[in-house]
Amino acid sequence: MTITIKYFASLREAQGVAERTFNSSEVTTVADIIAQHEMAFPENTLISVNQVYAYPETTLSSGDEVAFFPPVTGG
Amino acid sequence: MATILIRIDSTPISAWQLLDQFEQEHLADNKLIGACSVFTGKMRSSNQDDEVVTMTLEHYPGMTEQQIRTQVDAVISEHPVDACLIHHRVGEVKPGETLVLCATWSAHRAQSFRACEEIFEGLKSTAPFWKKETLKNGDIRWVETNTKNPRP
Repeated sequence: MTITIKYFASLREAQGVAERTFNSSEVTTVADIIAQHEMAFPENTLISVNQVYAYPETTLSSGDEVAFFPPVTGG
Repeated sequence: MATILIRIDSTPISAWQLLDQFEQEHLADNKLIGACSVFTGKMRSSNQDDEVVTMTLEHYPGMTEQQIRTQVDAVISEHPVDACLIHHRVGEVKPGETLVLCATWSAHRAQSFRACEEIFEGLKSTAPFWKKETLKNGDIRWVETNTKNPRP
């Protein structure tokens, strides 16, 4: 399965990249990505899948776009 | 069907010019509107007792617009309005400049007041924007305001 991972704001800076491609046959949910991810995410990290807020247990399909970002501070 | 316009742009804005332009372009023929509620948010020169010289706003293109639209649709299903205009700055912003404009139009004031407030509060807690401040002493830091967890 191929997943595009995006990072924003402080998480992008911590990762050193804005985006990477994740290839694994052992991915079913967002939690699997988190478990296999090299760097741990802060506890307050928010998740989206295909630009909609999601949970660690959200199921993924090949080609999905998963984003990790800190609490939002707009407005 | 409400007229809804959501814009995210890096150009400095005049909230009042945008309102005027929106009314002329979209509401000139609607004589049933009796109320317009407006909120504008400006950048302050002080945060957490530090002097802030610039702020840089980042967003998640696509998701931001979609998330705001979801919020607007949910709010106006409860508080029907004729129109809603949201304009949010991204990029570099200076103290005193307008960061965000949220406006709603309706026949009577109750709907526009409530919708304007709820849409804006929803934007603040769920729209994926992030602020980074440059302080007068040269320090640069992300704003880490506590917000409600927006998970559905």
